[in-house]
Amino acid sequence: MSHHIVAARQLSFSYPDGTPALKEVSFCIHHGESVAVIGANGAGKSTLLLHLNGYLAPAAGQVQIGEAAVTRHNLDEVRRTVGMVFQNPDDQLFMPTVYDDVAFGPLNLGRAPDEVERSVRTALASVGAAHLADKPPYRLSGGEKKRVAIATVLAMDPAILVMDEPTAGLDPFSRRELIGLLQAFNHTRIITSHDLDMVAEVCQRVIVLHEGGVRADGPLREIFADAQLLHDCRLEPPLSMQSCVNCGTPATGGNHLKQNDYVCASAEAT
Amino acid sequence: MIDNSIMDFRQLDLLAGGDSVIHRLDPRTKVLVTLAFIIAVVSFDRYALGALLPFVLFPVATMAIANLPVGFFAAKVMLVSLVAVAIGIFNPLLDSQVLVRIGNVGISAGWVSFGSIILRSALTITAALLLTATTGFSAICQALGRLGMPEVFVRQLQFMYRYLFVLTEEAQRMARARELRSFGKGGQGIRALSSMVGHLLLRTWERAERIHIAMRCRGFNGRMAASCSTGFGLVDLLFLLGWITLFTLLRLYDLPRLIGDTIMTLTL
Repeated sequence: MSHHIVAARQLSFSYPDGTPALKEVSFCIHHGESVAVIGANGAGKSTLLLHLNGYLAPAAGQVQIGEAAVTRHNLDEVRRTVGMVFQNPDDQLFMPTVYDDVAFGPLNLGRAPDEVERSVRTALASVGAAHLADKPPYRLSGGEKKRVAIATVLAMDPAILVMDEPTAGLDPFSRRELIGLLQAFNHTRIITSHDLDMVAEVCQRVIVLHEGGVRADGPLREIFADAQLLHDCRLEPPLSMQSCVNCGTPATGGNHLKQNDYVCASAEAT
Repeated sequence: MIDNSIMDFRQLDLLAGGDSVIHRLDPRTKVLVTLAFIIAVVSFDRYALGALLPFVLFPVATMAIANLPVGFFAAKVMLVSLVAVAIGIFNPLLDSQVLVRIGNVGISAGWVSFGSIILRSALTITAALLLTATTGFSAICQALGRLGMPEVFVRQLQFMYRYLFVLTEEAQRMARARELRSFGKGGQGIRALSSMVGHLLLRTWERAERIHIAMRCRGFNGRMAASCSTGFGLVDLLFLLGWITLFTLLRLYDLPRLIGDTIMTLTL
């Protein structure tokens, strides 16, 4: 899989009770892109993510990872390429210690013991959690759990990182650390979140899901500037791109803004 | 109450992180020795009391060498011994035949067997707690697996231990939420309680599903690959043989009686 393309073609899915969750979703994400999938609660974000690593099989259409479509036969390959970080780290950290947990994936891939050791240490170091290796998961803080959960996936050397709500429930400092971490990765990144300010800092492209379908797909700046579109999809522009709270001056808008940019210069002067 | 027992588990795990000759032994060695100890203690007949006393040596030696807080274990054993008291409390009433005489006071067989029950439960519980406190729960599970316990049970035990904390925290949050809106009136009693238990079950179920997804995403295919590589060394062999020999001897020969007899023959 030389070109790590992630593509969905006319992807449709309904839950067993008949509720349609995805309706003809199509997009193509290229190598190294950082893409946010946003949408209201129940718009189909999580369902879409579960298709990307073949956990759910589409009712119609297909998902393509690299050069091949995801089928029952290449699931192992797909899951090694697409690393999935879940919203609740407690679901992802199930082994007795952090070390064992990060080693879980590489061991399942059948790697040699010294190679496992090396990838575990590297993965933990890259998220700044090397000192947590021997701790049991229940003794970690929320931010630590999140970073370790990311390490469990990094240890398998995925080309594509898929993350569900990475900043949910983190304190501002942990959130800031995580944003730094996400910016530093050069994997293809697919992130769902309601934290649109984080999205504004980490992603260049946004896919807006609305009631199971793709409502918009384009550069972040364009999407977040379209207030009507966001309102229709039960969203709103990130704080950093909203008008100044003090005097109503429009924000300059754009990518990689600092948190407080939306307070305009004239307001700060007063 | 749940709070406390969970804290105890955490405390035991913290102690297991210590470093001593005993901590460094192969978990399998400690599991086997503890098992031998428990079997030896339990296999005595119901009036055995004196012959059990030398067995105190094992927990005392372990605590001393592994540098464990005696108070913590004493408190735990006292708590659990209440159950043993409940089991044995009728023995003195039912079995009043005099077995031993000290001076003019006759001690009935019932009291002797009652004492035996208490001593045995204290010994076995201490041994199990000490095993956990010097080895750690997950290492014990692994050891059991390597000693031949089916992998399915090992995994169940490990997952139970891991999610015990998550589950109790969830239950506590629900209980707290009810408490805060029930204003000391019992919160609609059994009706609300049954709904809470139901919700807890459903949430656990959903969580189990999510955990399974997470495992599958990282290549899980029904078998847990093991990374553990502690070896069975000479120290382990000596520890194992030493204690098992001692337990066997103490089981076959009543040491306090032998000492007593020797003293008697010497003084006569």
